[in-house]
Amino acid sequence: MLLTAMPSAIKGDSIFYRLSFTSAILIFLVLIGIILSLIDGGWLALSEFGPGFVFRNVWDPVNSEFGAASAIYGTLVSSLIAIVIAIPVGLGTAIFLAELAPDWISRPVSMAIELLAAVPSIIYGMWGLFVFAPWFSEGFQFWALENLVGLPLIGHWFDGPPIGIGLMTAGIILSFMILPIITALTRDALKTIPNVVREAAYGVGATPYEVITRVLLPSIKNAAVGAGILGLGRALGETMAVAFVIGGANRIETSLFMPASSISSTIAQQFNEATNEMHISALISLGLVLFVLTFIVMGAARLLLRKR
Amino acid sequence: MKLLKSIVMSSMLAAAPFSASAKTEVINGAGASFPHPIYAKWAEEYQKETGIRINYQAIGSGGGIRQITAKTVDFGASDAPLNEERLDKEEMIQFPMVMGAIVPVINVPGIESGALKLTGEVLADIYLGKIKKWNDERITALNPDLEIPNQAIYVVHRSDGSGTTYNFTDYLSQISPEWSEKIGRNTDITWPKEATTIGGNGNAGVANFVGRTRGAIGYVEYAFAKQNDLTYTQLASADGKFLQPSMETFQAAAANADWENAPGFELLLNNQPGADSWPMTAATFILMHKDQVNAEKAEQIIDFFEWSYENGGELAEDLDYIPMPASVVNMVENVWKEDLTSNGQTIIK
Repeated sequence: MLLTAMPSAIKGDSIFYRLSFTSAILIFLVLIGIILSLIDGGWLALSEFGPGFVFRNVWDPVNSEFGAASAIYGTLVSSLIAIVIAIPVGLGTAIFLAELAPDWISRPVSMAIELLAAVPSIIYGMWGLFVFAPWFSEGFQFWALENLVGLPLIGHWFDGPPIGIGLMTAGIILSFMILPIITALTRDALKTIPNVVREAAYGVGATPYEVITRVLLPSIKNAAVGAGILGLGRALGETMAVAFVIGGANRIETSLFMPASSISSTIAQQFNEATNEMHISALISLGLVLFVLTFIVMGAARLLLRKR
Repeated sequence: MKLLKSIVMSSMLAAAPFSASAKTEVINGAGASFPHPIYAKWAEEYQKETGIRINYQAIGSGGGIRQITAKTVDFGASDAPLNEERLDKEEMIQFPMVMGAIVPVINVPGIESGALKLTGEVLADIYLGKIKKWNDERITALNPDLEIPNQAIYVVHRSDGSGTTYNFTDYLSQISPEWSEKIGRNTDITWPKEATTIGGNGNAGVANFVGRTRGAIGYVEYAFAKQNDLTYTQLASADGKFLQPSMETFQAAAANADWENAPGFELLLNNQPGADSWPMTAATFILMHKDQVNAEKAEQIIDFFEWSYENGGELAEDLDYIPMPASVVNMVENVWKEDLTSNGQTIIK
């Protein structure tokens, strides 16, 4: 019995090995395929404008003059705003849920956060446009125009038409979208810390504040950074929600209230109606730029993680 | 193996209804989203009468042109007409199917719908950022009877590429040499930095910003403005007469247009002559290959368009589209007869 069973078990192993190997290779091939087809589709624009495509601050479909600078700027700034808001809020929420809140609060709130993650991005976009933007305009922008514009250094961030859309609104909407990821990941990381660690810290007389900031947070540092990066990854590529509220202007402005555009929103909004070949090619090149940009951000984040 | 078998079986079962429906002819079209509501309505009524299904996908004009060029659909649709050179190169015919109009919409406190008078020059200068206040003397001079507040102007435009923007910027280019030189016309343009601009996604986005931003002006399709009760303005025709947007003034624009001298029907209906021609009117176009592989199917497609011209006028007006005038339809029918071929034989007798 044993003798007859053995070969088939080995055969099964090798089949399983090959199957899983193929799956892994397949992903790699798909990735290369995407890069190659992006280069192929964007070649017309890339060869016309050269590497300077990335730095050119012009997007003029009428005269077929294209450059990615304004879209890159919009993508980076809106994602940065999102991260700046979402990391502290997400971390705070996670700490509260995992360490401080009693079960009857922590359970429903955790569920609510997971539900937030499941909301499709178009809903965030519509909510942002119809509900958040009017509120933001009346509740914050008019006040900011009167009180913040005069400030040194950051004053000009708030100098723009108080219409509720633009870079800042896009960043805030993005922060809502990445909040669930950051919260859920850091909360789970906190929960994996064995209770003996907490007990030991409390045992030597530490206050809850000291336990959280000196013991727990340092031990989940990697997980928290990882959560931030995943959030950033989503923010960089987010399309529809941003397209609704960013205002669709291809230019670089220092004011965060001014309309702008991100790489993905430009592609989504212009691809359907682009008829000129150079226009289409420039949009595909933008896709390549986003691909590379995401790669760089992810790579940098990995390096950061390894060093710690 | 069992698993594999059941997968194969179930996929065959799932595919069965499709293969059955493939027997009843399906005509595939793709393109402009502006005429989608009326094409869908026509397709529905046509299917009730004939059983032929028209599958029209509103993927945008650019997509429509790409799909028909690649021959993945039976007909393409575009808001902006292709030029003769491109039509010849791709060996396609092009004809106008239905028309729409664009109206300026505003949000100025105290000004009612249809009250404010604007000319093309003033409109262009507002969008160029040269007129920045509603009580600018160039606006008040046109409207001596109106009490216009001292209010900054916000310029709202489409943030997505669209045929509406194409036609709007074409009109401004015709009217204003400065616009034509500095900005130009396209489905998506670089908006003048001098004006305070807001980009809205789609007609709904533009309407939303105009609706809640005091001092805003935007441009939307007439059907959208009417169905959503937006505050529109009067506009001066090419002959200088102030007009209200209405079916009559739109039809006047189409009737006065010089289609005869427009090869491939490449004609934008903006700023047409005639005192009563609404200056921002636009046709939307169908594209087909001259050489058809399947003559029967081509005949079927043309039958749908012919049916739509003949029976679709009322449906179009219900949805605030403007039917093509009979004279234009005649010219289109001649093009079908002359240019559509299969194996060197003309298809439409």
